[in-house]
Amino acid sequence: MTVFSLRRLAALTVKEVVQIGRDPSTLLIAFVLPLILMVLFGYGVSLDTARTRVGLALEDDSAAAVGLAESYQNSRWFDVTMAHAVAPLRRELVAGRIRAVIVIPADFGGGRARGRTPPVEVITDGSEPNTASFVAAYAEGVRAAWAGERRPRVRIEPRFWFNPELKSRFFLVPGAMAIVMTMIGTLLTALVVAREWERGTTEALFATPITMLEFLISKLAPYFVLGLISMSLCAIFAVTVFGLPFRGSPLTLLAIASAFLVPALGQGLFISAATRNQFVASQIALLSAFLPALLLSGFLFEISSMPAPIQWLTYAIPARYLIPPLSTVFLAGDLWDLILPDIFAMLGFGVLFFALAFRFTRKRLD
Amino acid sequence: MTVVAAARGVTKRFAPRGPAALDDVTLEIAAGRVTGLVGPDGAGKTTLIRILAGLLRPQSGQVEVLGGPAGAMAGDVGYMPQRFGLYEDLSVRQNLTLYAELRGLPRAEHDAVFDRLLAFTDLKRFQGRLAGQLSGGMKQKLGLACALVRTPRLLLLDEPSVGVDPISRRELWSMVGALVDEGIGVLWSTAYLDEAERCAEVCLLNAGRRLFAGRPADLTQRAAGRVFRLEAFAGGKRDVLARTLNRPEVSDGTLQGRSVRLVMAAGEGAPSPKLFAAGEGARVIPANPRFEDGFVDILGGAGKGTSALAATYAEAPRGEGPAIEARALTKRFGEFTAAQDISLNVARGEIFGLLGPNGAGKSTTFKMLCGLLTPTSGQGFVAGRGFAASGASARSRLGYMAQKFSLYGDLSVAQNLAFFAGVYGLRGAKARARTEALVEIFDLSRYLPDNAGALPLGYKQRLALACAVMHEPPVLFLDEPTSGVDPITRREFWTHINGLVERGVSVLVTTHFMDEAEYCDRIALIYRAREIATGTPDALRAQAAALTGAADPTMEDAFIALIEAADMAREQAAA
Repeated sequence: MTVFSLRRLAALTVKEVVQIGRDPSTLLIAFVLPLILMVLFGYGVSLDTARTRVGLALEDDSAAAVGLAESYQNSRWFDVTMAHAVAPLRRELVAGRIRAVIVIPADFGGGRARGRTPPVEVITDGSEPNTASFVAAYAEGVRAAWAGERRPRVRIEPRFWFNPELKSRFFLVPGAMAIVMTMIGTLLTALVVAREWERGTTEALFATPITMLEFLISKLAPYFVLGLISMSLCAIFAVTVFGLPFRGSPLTLLAIASAFLVPALGQGLFISAATRNQFVASQIALLSAFLPALLLSGFLFEISSMPAPIQWLTYAIPARYLIPPLSTVFLAGDLWDLILPDIFAMLGFGVLFFALAFRFTRKRLD
Repeated sequence: MTVVAAARGVTKRFAPRGPAALDDVTLEIAAGRVTGLVGPDGAGKTTLIRILAGLLRPQSGQVEVLGGPAGAMAGDVGYMPQRFGLYEDLSVRQNLTLYAELRGLPRAEHDAVFDRLLAFTDLKRFQGRLAGQLSGGMKQKLGLACALVRTPRLLLLDEPSVGVDPISRRELWSMVGALVDEGIGVLWSTAYLDEAERCAEVCLLNAGRRLFAGRPADLTQRAAGRVFRLEAFAGGKRDVLARTLNRPEVSDGTLQGRSVRLVMAAGEGAPSPKLFAAGEGARVIPANPRFEDGFVDILGGAGKGTSALAATYAEAPRGEGPAIEARALTKRFGEFTAAQDISLNVARGEIFGLLGPNGAGKSTTFKMLCGLLTPTSGQGFVAGRGFAASGASARSRLGYMAQKFSLYGDLSVAQNLAFFAGVYGLRGAKARARTEALVEIFDLSRYLPDNAGALPLGYKQRLALACAVMHEPPVLFLDEPTSGVDPITRREFWTHINGLVERGVSVLVTTHFMDEAEYCDRIALIYRAREIATGTPDALRAQAAALTGAADPTMEDAFIALIEAADMAREQAAA
């Protein structure tokens, strides 16, 4: 009995490919779902604050007060409803039609002339804390800018590199690609070995001369290719539809994606081999791969703003090492000294998962 | 005689302190013959086959396959697991190609070998079809073809005839017969005791232990000279059966159409008909012993013939109409007609059997009659109540025992009983009294705290019946109630059913076991969605005898003859 036979491997791989081709749900996850996710994260989710509706109570009619009010009206952040007192705006705020009330107090112009500018009050809707703090910060920003123009000392001109308009889509799209590859790499492979156990096909298969190595490789190769194909689809979609810049080279992108697929597939195989049950496998894959990739990879929530213990936890999430090099290759270019450490980290996880998967898949039923 | 595989003193436990799935079992498989591995479900057959295939490792004992350890010579061992191991989303030919490549069949030989196997299994027309779309019998044959793709020296078949109708079963046997002639050693495991008689050697397992090994005739011989048929008796057949079983001189008794088949206890000669008070005209004539007689004899004979369950059971009400009635029941699933114009009625105190090959429509008919499926057209009635108008009222009058274990495996026996008492509306003292009575009757007391899923198969069966008769329904629906259970439990089960029928309960039963069909008063044979014959077992046998000209056909012969006649009639109508 030979330990490894290319012929058996080829037969198993062909079988796997035919099965993928005949399984509409696999094709759906590999080709349709990525596009849906891209559209969803590209258009549906945006972390930019668009124009927020606020009320402005202008209790003073001095030139200074009117000038500040105009600054608010001209601001690109706000959609302003004007009034001369707080009272009529209160109802709007309670009804949720506006998110905040900015109050320019009665003696604003007079106080300013005396050198003691009374503070501008911002009343926010605390039931939506995120919006409330955004609005408060932006309202203060507009006021500060207005005050600065009046008494120019130092001009600060902010300038953003790599993503000059700070479009959240530009960093959400590489993140979405990471999610897609996690789905294909881990979720699909978690199902494939478990499916063989459930359908009882392992029994007939393991009674043939195949070896475990052939079996595992035949499970991986097709999904590796599938993962790369749908990653490429996403990249093309990102550049052509979303207008993302692509400053690196396609080969670098492939190298990064391949490095990530190693731990993703390894994790899927390990889950599948350990559970032997499709339902449990899919739940574990969701909990251990998909949700961490979504929540702890820095995709939706910035890692540096997480509590320290959670930050340490993120080091155990392979997707954490994928998003930075992906962003780099799209927005900055082939900066190998940034990309390589991440690639090595991902490969390290891959080796770990494969060792586990190999340990748990035995050519026996007990 | 060359031994191709042997297991010696093999013991296997799945849990360290759990019961032994195999307890010191020894088996030898010789080249060029069929060795039968026979026993009821849960006896350890599959475990032993998996050990021989190298898929399980025993705790103790030696295993030698083709001169090496198990699993080492995988290329020369053909193995067909119970679930075939086919890839349902691959076509017939793709399945064959996969196994040919895995087993290293030279590519140049592919076409010739596939042609031969496809002709052998009669699957040539279907090679492009997905394996998942084949019928049960065809899957079975494809599974066999995949195991044979590179002619093995040892062929392990795990219950190849389960869920296969008698026609496919005959074909499978003749295919295996051809392989044996080529010198292949075959291990054929089965729960059907009549198949044991076709094997050259058998190993009889029960509850993990080997009860017998040797030529099947040697086991059958244990009952030689003690088997008789009691014919032309007066009175009801079930009544007479119960009386015979209650005699200490009788070891075993079963119904066979209008006669009772008896196995006398060791040392007893031919009984006088007077012993059973069976009337003036009753005759006792010698009959041929069967393998099952020997098995029952080793196990100590059948139990008594009086059912404790029936003694406490409410007499079924005497109504006007039939207990169960089907009026032109038809069920279509899209284009496919699963049942067409099925009409039957079951009288009070009658056992009615539905027989037919897999996929013929008997389960569909059965489900329409107990209200689980709504017919496309036609109506079903239970105790005069239609499901369309008064479903709940009809359902409260029937007890249902599903083919698969359908109790709650993770509830204890006591909890299952309490649950079903509640479901059927029994409360308080009445529920307690009924549950206690059932525990007593079915001997469940020592298992009360155990999870139902962990019970031995025979006790699962008892518990399922106990739950189905909790509310003393006048109508019972039994879907393959005894498939796979050991013959003693099966007899006990039928003793209860026979007793209930004497109390006026009506029973509708589906079955694959031909000897179970013998217990029925009348049988409807369902084939290709239609009722092709209805009548008493004796009438169906007579009908078959008229068709084939063979005298005294068995129920299985009758089944095959009637189906072949229906095929012929259909072909003529088409031409």
